[in-house]
Amino acid sequence: MATVTAPAIRGADAVPSRKVAAGLWENAWYRLRRDRLTMAAFAVLVTLVILAAAAPVITQLVFDTSFESQDLLQTYSVPTLDPPKYMFGSDEVGRSIVVRLLYGGQVSLFIGFVAAFVTLTIGVGLGLIAGYVRGPVDDVITWFITTLNSIPIIFLLLIISSLYTPGPLTLIVVIGALFWTGITNFVRGQTFALREREFITAARTVGATATRIMLRHILPNVLPLIFVLMAIDIGTIILVESALSYLGLGVMPPTPSWGNMLTNAQSYFFRAPWLVVPPGAMVFLTVLCLYLIGDGLRDALDPRLKST
Amino acid sequence: MRAYILKRLLYAIPTLLGISVIVFAVTHLSPGDPVRLYTFGALNITEQDIEDLRHHYGLDKSLPLQYVDWMSLAIRGDFGTSLQYHQPALGLLLERLPNTLQLAALALLLQLGIGVPFGMIAALNRGKPIDSVIRVFGVIGHAIPTFWIGLLLIVLLSVTLRVLPSGGMLTVGKDFWDIPDRARHILLPAFVLALAGIANYSRYLRTETLDVIGQDYIRTAYAKGLSERLVVYRHALRNALIPMVTALGPILAVVVSGALIIEQVFTWPGVGQLTYLAARNKDYPVIMAGVMVGSALLVISYLIRDIAYAVVDPRIKVK
Repeated sequence: MATVTAPAIRGADAVPSRKVAAGLWENAWYRLRRDRLTMAAFAVLVTLVILAAAAPVITQLVFDTSFESQDLLQTYSVPTLDPPKYMFGSDEVGRSIVVRLLYGGQVSLFIGFVAAFVTLTIGVGLGLIAGYVRGPVDDVITWFITTLNSIPIIFLLLIISSLYTPGPLTLIVVIGALFWTGITNFVRGQTFALREREFITAARTVGATATRIMLRHILPNVLPLIFVLMAIDIGTIILVESALSYLGLGVMPPTPSWGNMLTNAQSYFFRAPWLVVPPGAMVFLTVLCLYLIGDGLRDALDPRLKST
Repeated sequence: MRAYILKRLLYAIPTLLGISVIVFAVTHLSPGDPVRLYTFGALNITEQDIEDLRHHYGLDKSLPLQYVDWMSLAIRGDFGTSLQYHQPALGLLLERLPNTLQLAALALLLQLGIGVPFGMIAALNRGKPIDSVIRVFGVIGHAIPTFWIGLLLIVLLSVTLRVLPSGGMLTVGKDFWDIPDRARHILLPAFVLALAGIANYSRYLRTETLDVIGQDYIRTAYAKGLSERLVVYRHALRNALIPMVTALGPILAVVVSGALIIEQVFTWPGVGQLTYLAARNKDYPVIMAGVMVGSALLVISYLIRDIAYAVVDPRIKVK
């Protein structure tokens, strides 16, 4: 919310709206199309998603191998185009790095997107309730957020995943259950401000129920910026998941994930230092795209907030 | 001021209680029996022995009772005995706390020392190439997995160029007070730990400085003939730094959490590493003490942040 206070000194880069009657989304899309960086980030992300989703097909048709097929005669291969499956090298048992990256992408992206959806559901729900109902309910939710924010999340994740050894689905639920506080704070603040506005009073006067006011009148007003938060959230969750998997507590081998490929790479530093590069680069690229999309979306939805 | 600090201290109590409940619940509701785990493979152990052990550790009571038992001891600093090391859990952690604090303190210094000037320079040169460079760095610093940067730096500086050690605090066999050797060891982990914060600070300070520079009193300062330097340091920077104190909270959280991962990458013998090993070995007393110590660090840093904020901005009061 700190961004709301950004000064309004932009003139030069403010894009004039095309026509007066254009709606929020039309205007946003109009600005977004002109934002080359965001569009590029979007294109890269879509490519990554498609590549990950098509991993089995690509693996068979292009590389003619599978993510677990080993070749003990071809261990620690340096990156080479002959055969193409070793374009990023091979690991300690001769598995193709590029193929494992594709499958790892499936896991990381899936966890990122679904877990972010979970945080969104919890965050928006609790934020609306806390902001609209206020009173003791708000106090309890606020106290819970303060408490949760005072535990270093990685410590908590560490305990949970070491004691419960979660599969990808449980991991999603756990991450989702821990990362909603930022969204709740945001939605709560917005709801606080919105509930005092005339159109809410009007809705209340004609007898709309609290649920209806929250879902039909407040939510649509908060929604645009929630998409911004969501893009950034997915990025953060992918970062956390990779760190967790790197520590050996997230996605477990033999399922490849970008994080646990790095654990392996670290064990073979001296033998094959180049193995460290590709998995981290994939995480970096994905998260970078998501953050850029988040920034671009925010600027497009509300040019006044543009972070110059 | 004293009343504010007292109130703020009181507010920390329900938070700490909440943390203890969460930590306790998470650890004790987990599947897997620690007694069975630690007696696994012991040939001549009977069911009776297991019962006795369970009774000895109080594991046969109901969960709320166990919580009260644990809490009443924990308040006095007794988190029980480590199942792995057979030493008091809190003692083990406190032994390693200075190591983590060293790392965190140096990281914070680096963040301020690099992040603040970066943000200022970017804001004062808005739109010029240097501004773009710093902004791009800011985005990259956010999006890059820090442990990966750590690994890359190890490959580059330790494995390939062999200029810095790849981990640990001290070369084996060196004197405990060998400061240059310690400095060489702490440099990489502290820098990597600082990265996210540097990005954060520079980005934040840039926005704040731009905000301040647009204010009327800056124009007044220029109008009355003050030099650029005076305006920047005395008027702009000081006012831009005030809201930065709030940014300290999330940054501290990142440092504490990040320390756990970075300690793992650089085999730094700190609180995070101990907690990590305890979690892998289901050493419950150490796990719980570790999370409580980590959370206490955060609660204390939030406290310091709020008090600092009240000091720099007298308008703040506890609501």
